[in-house]
Amino acid sequence: MESLVNFYLIPGLVLGAIYAMSATGLSLIYGVMRFAHFAHGELLSFGAYAALIVVRGLGISPLAAIPVAIGATIPLAWAADRAFYARLRRSLPAVLLISSFATALMIRAVLYLAFGPTPMSYGVGIVPPLAWAGFRIQQRHAWIILGAATAALLLHLLLSRSRAGRAMRAMADDPDLARITGVNVDAVIRLTWAVAAALAATAGVFLGIDTELQPIMGFNVLLASFAAAILGGIGRPWGSALGGLILGLAEELSSYPLLDGAPLLSPAYKTGVAFAVLVLMLIVRPQGLFRGMG
Amino acid sequence: MEQAALYFATMLTLAGIYAALALGLNLQWGLTGLMNFGGLGFVAMGAYTAALLTAPASPMHLGGFGWPWWVAWPLAALAGAALALPIGAIALRLRADYLAIATIGIAEIVRLAVRNEDWLTGGPLGVPGIPRPFEALGLPWGQFAYLALVAAVVAGLFALAQATARSPFGRALRAVRDDEEAAKAVGKNPARLRLQAFVLGAACMGLGGAMLAAFFKFMGPDALDPVTTTFLVWVMLIAGGSGNNAGAVIGAIAVWAVWAATDWLAGQLPGELATRAAYVRLFLIGLALQVILLTRPQGLIGERIGAQR
Repeated sequence: MESLVNFYLIPGLVLGAIYAMSATGLSLIYGVMRFAHFAHGELLSFGAYAALIVVRGLGISPLAAIPVAIGATIPLAWAADRAFYARLRRSLPAVLLISSFATALMIRAVLYLAFGPTPMSYGVGIVPPLAWAGFRIQQRHAWIILGAATAALLLHLLLSRSRAGRAMRAMADDPDLARITGVNVDAVIRLTWAVAAALAATAGVFLGIDTELQPIMGFNVLLASFAAAILGGIGRPWGSALGGLILGLAEELSSYPLLDGAPLLSPAYKTGVAFAVLVLMLIVRPQGLFRGMG
Repeated sequence: MEQAALYFATMLTLAGIYAALALGLNLQWGLTGLMNFGGLGFVAMGAYTAALLTAPASPMHLGGFGWPWWVAWPLAALAGAALALPIGAIALRLRADYLAIATIGIAEIVRLAVRNEDWLTGGPLGVPGIPRPFEALGLPWGQFAYLALVAAVVAGLFALAQATARSPFGRALRAVRDDEEAAKAVGKNPARLRLQAFVLGAACMGLGGAMLAAFFKFMGPDALDPVTTTFLVWVMLIAGGSGNNAGAVIGAIAVWAVWAATDWLAGQLPGELATRAAYVRLFLIGLALQVILLTRPQGLIGERIGAQR
């Protein structure tokens, strides 16, 4: 029981929280702008490396560097929108998708140029885990779960209580209706990028804390993030968050030694779990757990 | 002089293989509007199928049947198609972007399987000793003969692709791409047409993989890289002109020429700078794609529907 919680459930929740934050941003972008943003993984990587610079430069903890990561990633998302996506807004969604793909290559190339392909870490060192009656949780894991919960609360307040958040939801429901009722479309788009980039940057720092930093780190979670967004119903932020949690847990639990010590699935194929869930979902319930947009 | 001719032949052979991949993608994206971001998966299926069928027997991987290439290559195309069939059947019923996501997934799974299933693929060691057609002729004529073979295959694919684009089937594909409802109204079955185009395109990619494996004489998990196997082909097609087969071929040759030339230039730089130059190149492919999308979305030569009749 303890080993199930310590080695599978908690890491699963941590990974799930990271997926959830990434998938929620994807879903918001999809809802407001109607395209699959393939450079989302690179926003994670960018945030993680932005934090690395201040962690190394000022010697602060990576958690304290999250505001810097967010502050660096939001302008990047705005710049990409301004330079490329905004000009293609009237094209087919496929063209925007390909453009976001090109953006991903560009951001990744810049990270490779600046930091090289070798994995790096925030260098926090070894911290004793928190223990309670046989259950243990790494402090970094506790912070990630807490941080993701805080982000979820803030997002909830923004979407349900603020005028800007309501405008965002209105755009997602019916863009034309939102426009004629006086919603400022450009402002909503800017806000959407800011929220999605902030979530991505935070998720990137968390991913860097949990594992290590590599320019490809964000792309590696992109597939799982899309799978989570589709699982939860694309365009539905809360569904995507739940989808992320489910996928993170499924990925970690897939290597649980249920049958006489042999893992259910060889850990080498762990990253394939997201894909398997995605395919299953596309067959059984393509609209997602909560009916997404058609 | 002979060195230069050999180098040129090598580059042209690779350009030809890329042309095959671009023709496959043109059938999927250009003609039918299907987003396949997992080219690598289908290329790898073809490459490994051809590798295992033609390589000499070895305890390190499955197969090694030593079959001739003209038996193995069509089977490689079939293998690419076989991978596309189930994934297309599932993802094509749905939104266009779901296919893009699903194909990234399938490429990822193929990469994982190739690396981890040692009994099948030799794992990280790969499949060595793949024979290349005509290599018995020695250098340089063996190299030239292989180039001629690749050129002949590409010419055949091009002729088929042209015939497809002009046929009623090709017109139906464009109809599904441009206005699905109208296509339905005149009795076309969009799901079926999409699946056919997707599978045929994947077969082209499988065949391209087979030619690539024979060209390298080796196939391993690191021999195929998503940047050069998937994304570069997209740049080629979009630069050349999606929807136009001649555009696909010209795009493949032109982009490959730029790619190879910058690779050669980067190779002249000292060690550390050479690795950095590779990243600058990655940035430039992204930028080139953006610039084409923004300024000339139809590519070098756009789709010419009227002229094709």
